[in-house]
Amino acid sequence: MDTQWPLWEVFIRSKQGLDHKHVGSLHAADAQMAMENARDVYTRRREGVSIWVVESKHIHASNPDEQEAFFDPADDKAYRHPTFYEVPDSLTHI
Amino acid sequence: MFVANRYPEEVNAALSDFLLRMADTSLVLGHRLSEWCGHGPILEQDIAMSNLALDLIGQARNWYQLAATQLGQGQSEDDLAYLRDAGQYRNLLLVEVPNGDFGQTVLRQFFFDAYHYHYLQALTESGDENVANIAIKSLKEATYHLKWSSEWVIRLGDGIEESHRRMENALRELWEFTGELTTPNATDQLLAVMGLTPDLSLIRPLWEQQVQAVLAEATLEIPNRAWMQKGGKNGIHTEHLGFLLAEMQFLQRAYPNCEW
Repeated sequence: MDTQWPLWEVFIRSKQGLDHKHVGSLHAADAQMAMENARDVYTRRREGVSIWVVESKHIHASNPDEQEAFFDPADDKAYRHPTFYEVPDSLTHI
Repeated sequence: MFVANRYPEEVNAALSDFLLRMADTSLVLGHRLSEWCGHGPILEQDIAMSNLALDLIGQARNWYQLAATQLGQGQSEDDLAYLRDAGQYRNLLLVEVPNGDFGQTVLRQFFFDAYHYHYLQALTESGDENVANIAIKSLKEATYHLKWSSEWVIRLGDGIEESHRRMENALRELWEFTGELTTPNATDQLLAVMGLTPDLSLIRPLWEQQVQAVLAEATLEIPNRAWMQKGGKNGIHTEHLGFLLAEMQFLQRAYPNCEW
């Protein structure tokens, strides 16, 4: 029998306006416990203003074996970056 | 740092006694929780209990600093924490009770938090602004502590057979130490009249409601016992406090004035 509580992934937003970032994982019996464990383990040095927890089994990851097929084709498609336009001087904040 | 408020001698003596009680209670409970460091049932709760310990020791520092200020005898917070013996300690008996198992630690914490939370809330209205300010600062921490301990009491009480049995044992062990929380001594009575600390008869029903609600959800029954221990507020302690202080004060006693 597996006696470990389920694994959860923890995401912390460090400041208003920023994205939640993955910071690590922990064990907890349910979402409420995961939230409090995350608070106790990952925000004790003022790291965050918001926490998300997701049970790890709900995260589907890309397969490292498919790395080449997935990502290499993008390597030589520089034209997908919007870097080939002349930006008029009157446009600022770009 | 604080600026001392001036009171008549009798009031200042009572206020200092109360400040030492607040400080000693937080320090002793903080020390008890720190004993779990490295021994928690799981890593996450090991850290959670260390966090509680650090919150409480931080609160103790504030109370000791204010106590030293009101006493005005040139003592430092360290002198008060490390150079007084058990008979001079004013902490509530509940917090010196040994940790026992995780269930007993959780239940002791809950009984204390349910009192601490409501007491601090009332203390934010203290006529002494230094006291009110420490209460305001501590209340945020106490709010989380109460949430943490309430949930664990419910999880373990309403958990599996063994966790329920352990919580029943803890309840039998700890119940007699809960009366003192809301039973006034002479210090409480004088300071309440002066508007410096809350009337404990107003805190008791709040504590009872909180405890009844959580224990009911935890499927635990309140022991049908009226007799209660008391004495901590007046410096009369269980045999456990001496051992705790012997460990906590060892360094300062063996190497006076050492710093690192």
